[in-house]
Amino acid sequence: MFESLTDKLNSVFKKVTGRGKLTEANIQEALKEVRLALLEADVNYKVVKKFVESVRQRAVGQEVMESLTPGQQLIKIVHQELISLMGGEVSGLDLGGKPPHVIMLVGLQGSGKTTTAAKLARLLRKKGRHPYLVPADIYRPAAIDQLQKLGAQTGIPVFEPLKGMRPEAICLEAKAEAGRRACDVVILDTAGRLHIDEDLMAELERIKEQVAPKEILLVADAMTGQDAVNVAKSFDQLLDLSGVILTKMEGDARGGAALSIMSVVGKPIKFIGVGEQLDALEPFYPDRMASRILGMGDVLTLIEKAQEEFDQKEALKLQKKLQKSQFDFEDFLTQLQQVKKLGSLEQILSMIPGMGQFKKLKQFKPDERELIKVEAIINSMTREERRNYKIINGSRRRRIAKGSGTTVQDVNRLIKNFVQTKKMMERVTKKGLGGMPPFPV
Amino acid sequence: MIRFFKGKKDDGQDQRTEEPKLELETPSEEKKGLFARLKQGLAKTRSTITGRLDRLILGKKEITPEVMEELEEILFTSDLGVETTQELIDIVQDKVARKALSDPAKLKTTLKDEILGYLESALPQELQFPEGSPLVIMVVGVNGVGKTTTIGKAAHRFIKEGKKVLLVAADTFRAAAVEQLEVWGERVGAEVVKQKSGADPSAVAFDGIAAAVARGVDVVLVDTAGRLHTKKNLMEELQKVKRVIGKKLPGAPHEVWLVLDATTGQNAVSQAKMFHEALGVTGIILTKLDGTAKGGIVVGISHQMKLPIHFIGIGEKTEDLRPFDPGEFVKAIFD
Ligand SMILES: Nc1nc2c(ncn2[C@@H]2O[C@H](COP(=O)(O)OP(=O)(O)O)[C@@H](O)[C@H]2O)c(=O)[nH]1
Ligand SMILES: [Mg+2]
Repeated sequence: MFESLTDKLNSVFKKVTGRGKLTEANIQEALKEVRLALLEADVNYKVVKKFVESVRQRAVGQEVMESLTPGQQLIKIVHQELISLMGGEVSGLDLGGKPPHVIMLVGLQGSGKTTTAAKLARLLRKKGRHPYLVPADIYRPAAIDQLQKLGAQTGIPVFEPLKGMRPEAICLEAKAEAGRRACDVVILDTAGRLHIDEDLMAELERIKEQVAPKEILLVADAMTGQDAVNVAKSFDQLLDLSGVILTKMEGDARGGAALSIMSVVGKPIKFIGVGEQLDALEPFYPDRMASRILGMGDVLTLIEKAQEEFDQKEALKLQKKLQKSQFDFEDFLTQLQQVKKLGSLEQILSMIPGMGQFKKLKQFKPDERELIKVEAIINSMTREERRNYKIINGSRRRRIAKGSGTTVQDVNRLIKNFVQTKKMMERVTKKGLGGMPPFPV
Repeated sequence: MIRFFKGKKDDGQDQRTEEPKLELETPSEEKKGLFARLKQGLAKTRSTITGRLDRLILGKKEITPEVMEELEEILFTSDLGVETTQELIDIVQDKVARKALSDPAKLKTTLKDEILGYLESALPQELQFPEGSPLVIMVVGVNGVGKTTTIGKAAHRFIKEGKKVLLVAADTFRAAAVEQLEVWGERVGAEVVKQKSGADPSAVAFDGIAAAVARGVDVVLVDTAGRLHTKKNLMEELQKVKRVIGKKLPGAPHEVWLVLDATTGQNAVSQAKMFHEALGVTGIILTKLDGTAKGGIVVGISHQMKLPIHFIGIGEKTEDLRPFDPGEFVKAIFD
């Protein structure tokens, strides 16, 4: 469904003669592709319009750099524009001043506030804070129960509301109690509500007035569609948000809502939720998000995903090897085995830049037989051969083919593909891992 | 990583429709009291936008590009998605070109009819209650879409029809999910079968079906833990739950309902595909239509996958589950 935009643009520009410069005329078609890609990624219609217009203005008249194709040049502009719209930098929480600091989480029903509250508390405690969790959702059945259980799981104290207490009173009382317990951060888990529900929105306003939160964060689902702008705007107008947390980012949503939200509220996305486990909360990197929205893939995300499944040491080893250009057949074999574990090959492949150029990729299932063949070939190599593919000459190839019950062509093909993959991965990894900003908070 | 699963190079030959030009305008939001809103149910309005389309059409003799753009905007902002929107716009444009459609006043109706046609290509059948055994409905979906709430509301509907209902708490993962279902059980007057949090969901489902058969209930609603459709092992867990239910009661589950949140964008397509592939979904429940999201993504899903939409959720109260009415739904897109 989503071939990479870069590939699409390259083919659009193939028809364009007279390179050299980006002109109104020659970017026309390409901008249409950009527009569709953004709409496919759930960026709001109006936001897309504005965005494409600003890209057009920036692009027209630009010289195409020598090392780039016009398509790549335009992508670069689009990418940069996206990053700058999304704030450019990683931003953390502002918890200066006199404690206890209140962090208020707000959002629609089912966006993930309660889980996020517990994740945030856990993260803050790791940073040496003393968080206090406050269940202010008196409406949804067992919502208070849910936060209490998460508190018990993590060993973080949870305020106990008295029967019949209103949310305003819960929050106010909890803040006072936090002071008494020497907790320095108070996290308010408010009930999910619709942005058009006047009564419930007024309740949030009252809570804000009474407890003066340092941070008011909108918790929004990364899968949100066009309505994201209405939701974000309503919450922001009423509460003057300090930031956003995007949840359920570990799925396959392109996350255009991030752009929609940023462009209407202009507040930073501070964290992303990447799983149901309570440590699955990460800082938000605008550049990665930009790549994701464009469907351009991101080797960093790939490495992280792999990390989830195989142990961190393995991942680090791979990362280092890629950076030092030491990726060899042994690593290749490990990767292969990981693919089986990770399940969805297409998901992993689609995260690698350049893979999008294979249009049919999405339909590929890891072919068990082919995997077995490849494993057999690699297993028939000597250790030296696996470490250094360059020594695999003609006679070695024949021996390997024989040993693995395959043909020399099979062996040739595997080596060729391995070399290409190695080059690509190393190139991208080196480029991407440069200045990873530190974890905020 | 593996690179030899090669496909052909992309030629990118598909041609898209004209990029429309339109002034940027943000719809002003209306604020309404809770009661007014609930009473209104689905029929909330986006009067500013309707106004603009109607203004553009009013008194005109021909269909202008401006009008087509306005239509396109309505479809896109209702989450119909690139593919379905383009398909619909193409159909209308084709009619205009063939002179089968030239009256701007008929444009909206034509488009409405097309969408209606999409939705009616998969209308839900009456629920079939099996002879002498309970009807088993398994409810699935990603996190937070409203599965448990839907079960509570659906139970209420069945009970009002005089059916005996049993709820099965097979979401053993999320903290306090069992308690949440128990509150609903109490609220609507249905018994709940449960085990400890963290128990094997298949085991709970097995117990639930056994209890349902023993107690002679009419309907069993099985709640499951929310999970992203991309998590292979969690999808396999659901498949196991389904298998175990079928082992205990051949033919069950008779229905697998996929709950989709109307606020969700294009990802709902991926959800529908993967849940359907794994479990054989029999129908969709579209929740949270009481907000401002239109839920247009179900148009393409229902059309392409031939999946009927059974119910819609329009609030958090027991009564807030309604049968899906394609006409009302389409009207809400344009109103
Ligand atoms: N406004 C609105 N909220 C809903 C609707 N259905 C469910 N919810 C809310 O969405 C949240 C998540 O629902 P829940 O049933 O726990 O989702 P689950 O995780 O899929 O079981 C809760 O706060 C529900 O009250 C609906 O139709 N409209
Ligand atoms: Mg649930």
